[in-house]
Amino acid sequence: MASSQPARKKRAAAAQLALLPMAITVLGVYIGTVLWSVRISFSSSKIFPKNDFVGFSQYERLFATERWTVSLHNIAIFGVLFILACMVLGFFLAVFLDQHVRGENVLRTIFLYPYAMSFVATGLVWQWMLNPGLGIQAAVRNLGFPEFQFDWIVNQDKVIYTLVVAAVWQASGLVMAVLLAGLRGIDESLWNAARIDGVPRWRYYLSVVLPQLGPAFGTSFVLLAVGVVKVYDVVVAMTLGGPGNASEVPAKFIMDNLFTRANVGLASAASTVMLLTVLALLVPWWYARSVQSRKLVHS
Amino acid sequence: MQFTLKQLALAATLAVSFSAQAQKANVIHWWTSGGESAAVKELADAYTKAGGTWVDEAVAGADNARAAAINRIAGGNPPTAAQFNTSKQYHDVIAEGQLNDIDAVASKEGWDKWMPKPIVDAIKVKGHYYAVPVNIHNPAWFWYSKDALKKAGVASEPKTMDEFFAALDKLKAAGLVPLALGGQSWQEWITFYSVLLYVGGPDAYLKFFKDHDAASVNGEGMRKTLTALKKLHNYVDAGSPGRNWNDATAMVISGKAGFQIMGDWAKGEFGAAKQTAGKEYGCFAGFGPKAPYMVAGDVFVFPKTTDKAAIEAQHKLATVFTSPTAQVAFNNKKGSIPVRTDVDSSKMDICAQAGVQAMKDPSRQIANPDALMTPDMVGAVQDVITKFWNGNQSVDDAVKALQGAVKG
Repeated sequence: MASSQPARKKRAAAAQLALLPMAITVLGVYIGTVLWSVRISFSSSKIFPKNDFVGFSQYERLFATERWTVSLHNIAIFGVLFILACMVLGFFLAVFLDQHVRGENVLRTIFLYPYAMSFVATGLVWQWMLNPGLGIQAAVRNLGFPEFQFDWIVNQDKVIYTLVVAAVWQASGLVMAVLLAGLRGIDESLWNAARIDGVPRWRYYLSVVLPQLGPAFGTSFVLLAVGVVKVYDVVVAMTLGGPGNASEVPAKFIMDNLFTRANVGLASAASTVMLLTVLALLVPWWYARSVQSRKLVHS
Repeated sequence: MQFTLKQLALAATLAVSFSAQAQKANVIHWWTSGGESAAVKELADAYTKAGGTWVDEAVAGADNARAAAINRIAGGNPPTAAQFNTSKQYHDVIAEGQLNDIDAVASKEGWDKWMPKPIVDAIKVKGHYYAVPVNIHNPAWFWYSKDALKKAGVASEPKTMDEFFAALDKLKAAGLVPLALGGQSWQEWITFYSVLLYVGGPDAYLKFFKDHDAASVNGEGMRKTLTALKKLHNYVDAGSPGRNWNDATAMVISGKAGFQIMGDWAKGEFGAAKQTAGKEYGCFAGFGPKAPYMVAGDVFVFPKTTDKAAIEAQHKLATVFTSPTAQVAFNNKKGSIPVRTDVDSSKMDICAQAGVQAMKDPSRQIANPDALMTPDMVGAVQDVITKFWNGNQSVDDAVKALQGAVKG
């Protein structure tokens, strides 16, 4: 035992040295630039960063900007609907594939295929399909239903739901893949035992399988949540934030202000608000997880 | 003699750097479409013929190109020249002292004598010239399909706004799309300031864009404009939101739509569809022979450098860009009109000739909104207009919102 101590110490030192570049990148680049952005949000920077200090005026201007409040409203609706729909749809697709259907590999590829497309391509395709003059509405009308209406994409109140539709179409395949992997990790003998007890299939999935899929759901949730915070390309491809400002999202607001509007200070303030929102959601979750793991350790 | 690898490498590097890279110019621009590339090639060829070396650094997308230029200037690796619009986009850069002035070229070429005033106002800051203009674009042209108008029974080109609305009515009755519009924020913006200029009049236009006068927003000119805008919305088809500008032009080209309000870069689309001005399509920039002619376009700025070769390259670029031959060659391919008024306009199409005629009258020249407002304020006004256009807001609410936006 004594002879392996220095060897273990050397291994630990080598490991730390290997991780050093990554650590410097994380500290210097990620955290450093985040701190710099927060600093800039307190300045009056327009096109070039400035070193002055104007207090909270950028934040006041931010929350007085209607486009920003609309974008926050939109991301909340989009986030909830997108994550919910993806999880439910992904779960049903995974359960469906788990029934050992014939052609499972082909079906799995088909369901996962949308995720291979970029959000831009997805947005463009759905924009054409939802266009009232070219897409689904025109096709159904030509089929003989002249009163059919499906013009959500040009309606200020309903356009956010079109974004949800396009994004769910793209991402539910990913959730399906993650949950399917989780399902495959569940012991088959559990189903046999349940069947003997006369438990119906759906009850089995609800009470036995779902709880065991906790980690898989957790992974999916994290992946989807990251997608929600980042959503930009599908908005630009589908609606460009329109009609008017109805489908504006925070990431697009920030990008527009950084570049087109030459308003670095305002964009930094918006980024800081987004960062704080994400932290506000994450910190309680981390805390809950650490409490839970401490409970597990002590039990 | 035995040379080490290091010595050989050093010798090679020195040899390459002293080779004839006469007046190398790294030029950032955003002209990446087919027609635009052909046009900028004319400028590059003219520069090469004058003895310089053109290094093309095209960036797709106007916003991206400007952002790339700004980032490189801020990062200490500036290009020799960068493209901007005839606007206030680069005035902050001037304020930071990051641009070289080209007063030497301006005085030699006598810019004070012949350059149109709206352009001079955009490129001359505190008495120094900081940018060289290469063209004049007018974003506020009316384009129409002769076929569509004939089908709707519109006898002639509208000569007043009322005749324009009457023509739109006739087109609607004939089952065609009266006004082809791409429902994107910047196209609604063009429609807004065109209507403000032609309906509200140059005074209301200047009071709003130049003086940022909040009181004038509640005045008759602006209110008439907003009412007309509301009325205009009825003549746009349901598939308009999100449509690209060239798809809207395609509707006019195919005769499905009657009119489009768009800049003279639309000519490229008509040309690519092998249509000729005056035959299949018509064009007019405003109503009446004294209609105001909006002056917009592209300029090149010269980031700050003390390198003598780079400064020589910058001056050569400025001289070549405004030379008569380069101006004619470039603008013919670009669809804009030359900055110089002393060039031969006989080979241009009738729309361009009308533009050149209009520019000859200084009282008709008026600056475009980007040259009168900072990008930040332009954006704020755009947000208000796109909301008004796409929603059911009343004229009073829009007036209040515009007043807030223009207060800065």
